[in-house]
Amino acid sequence: MVEKRPFLNFLAHAVLVLGVLIVAFPIYVAFIASTHGPTDFLSGLIPLTPGDNMVNTYGKMMTDGMASAGMPPLSLQMFNSLIMALTIAIGKIAISIISAYAIVYFRFPFRGLAFWLIFITLMLPVEVRILPTYHVVASLGMLDTYAGLTIPLIASATATFLFRQVFLTIPDELMEAARIDGAGPLKFFWDILLPMSRNNIAALFVILFIYGWNQYLWPLLVTTDPSHYTIVMGIKRMADVVDSQPQWNYIMATAILAMLPPVLVVILMQKLFVKGLIETEK
Amino acid sequence: MAAITLKSVGKTYAGGVNAVRGIDLDIADGEFLVLVGPSGCGKSTLLRMVAGLETITDGEIAIGGRVVNEVEPAERDIAMVFQNYALYPHMSVRQNLAYGLKNRKMAKEEISRRVDEAARILEIGAFLDRKPKALSGGQRQRVAMGRAIVREPSCFLFDEPLSNLDAKLRVQMRGEIKQLQARLGTTSIYVTHDQLEAMTLAHRLVVLNGGKVEQVGTPLEVYRRPASTFVASFIGSPAMNLMPARAEGAVAHVGAARVQLEIPAEGAMTLGLRPEDLRAVVPGTEGALHLKTAYVEELGAQRLVHGTVEGTPFGCAMPSDAALADELYLAAEPGAAHAFDAQDGRRLG
Repeated sequence: MVEKRPFLNFLAHAVLVLGVLIVAFPIYVAFIASTHGPTDFLSGLIPLTPGDNMVNTYGKMMTDGMASAGMPPLSLQMFNSLIMALTIAIGKIAISIISAYAIVYFRFPFRGLAFWLIFITLMLPVEVRILPTYHVVASLGMLDTYAGLTIPLIASATATFLFRQVFLTIPDELMEAARIDGAGPLKFFWDILLPMSRNNIAALFVILFIYGWNQYLWPLLVTTDPSHYTIVMGIKRMADVVDSQPQWNYIMATAILAMLPPVLVVILMQKLFVKGLIETEK
Repeated sequence: MAAITLKSVGKTYAGGVNAVRGIDLDIADGEFLVLVGPSGCGKSTLLRMVAGLETITDGEIAIGGRVVNEVEPAERDIAMVFQNYALYPHMSVRQNLAYGLKNRKMAKEEISRRVDEAARILEIGAFLDRKPKALSGGQRQRVAMGRAIVREPSCFLFDEPLSNLDAKLRVQMRGEIKQLQARLGTTSIYVTHDQLEAMTLAHRLVVLNGGKVEQVGTPLEVYRRPASTFVASFIGSPAMNLMPARAEGAVAHVGAARVQLEIPAEGAMTLGLRPEDLRAVVPGTEGALHLKTAYVEELGAQRLVHGTVEGTPFGCAMPSDAALADELYLAAEPGAAHAFDAQDGRRLG
């Protein structure tokens, strides 16, 4: 497979560069657009060189929002998104690691049934069960609350399954050694299992944080009060203005800001993320 | 330090499988007892029952006079060394050693005194702050033993601790375990499928087969007077030759060959001869065993000649300078013949 052929080398790089351009160009356009004033788009052409209105645009969006579209300041929306993403990620990890622990290490009646019940919920993502879930949340009076935003999204079969696989790779002798060392179930979980799953937890956190941050449909349904808007649903709201031109510089600034936190999480946790996905030695 | 008593101990799994049946054992204080047998004979299950990792479905196990059937492993005052070491990978060696003591709420000074003492005994002081991942197999084995020592338990349980090591290291660690046990004087139960390990380590051997005890005795007793054909073929390397024979008076007949027995017997029997108890005699000697050679293994100190006698596979150990031929005539040393019942394989006499 390892061949030294200049042409193949060139071709491979060309494909890669092309791929990067296809992904990066729209982001570049969005960023450039966010640095221009609102009038620069009236010609119908999108400028490709940076403008001089960047500080103004971002400053206004962060502090004031856009009243005409019913948008609270972006800082508030980003805060809401952060709360939602963190709660979902941490909640999912906490619940699924505990249920995986129960399924792998305890012999209780209907253990297999419990596992399969969790497993088949994989077939029921939010979109499929959205109406009944909405009804439940509304009946519990959780509309326009952080609890309503996050709790219905916390149960996770995927994460439970992942932790189950991780625990299955940990040799039984370790649990037995811990028993002889006088560690009860909670101590074993806390002192041995958790530290040993650290990398997997980190990898899962990255995935789940992005999942939570990018939620669109669910926040759109359960929030009507602007103080609970999240930034991802906010972008769409801004483009839907009535009787006037969409203000593309503001929309693009919002898009860029909405992209930033997931990117930061990936960059900062990259090492742990990769380790958690490929590590096998226990 | 404590004596361990097993009273008609048995283990039946939920599916009805009988892993261990009616075991009675008295293990003296300070004794090194080795459980040996082929895989699936129940030796590990028995050890794990003593440790408390398996429930006891029949009988009673007492450690130091206290019946421990319902006692948690941590409360049994035992320490166990596992085959794959079972070190906590995210803890340093020091933390691995200290973990069990910390869980017992022992004072910090006492923990560090014991850890340092164990590190000194096992010569692992240089890597107390490393993670197990950074250690070699032999070093990990030492740490696993250190974890057992620091607890100062009344009994060590070893579950095939040397199986994961290479041959040279295994011999070295074997010697170290023996010396360590002699120095600490802690009652030990050691499980292995390796008869050489069993012979070299044990004060007493327990040979298990199919969940039952075949024989209990010192290594020499078991070697010299195996209680059954199973023990005879399992203990000793190369394995004892077993062949059907017909006894008349105190003489076993194998075809034309005759072997003197120590006890009188009549009729069909199984004759056992250890390869090292044979010597070559002049070809054509009357009553000698006639070996048709198939192949020879050179061991340096001796050569093992394999072939058949009267159609039964047969091996004998010859001096390394012995002449080789396609046919050898062999005679047994006096008193070397073992006689077993032809049906149930029990030793006669």
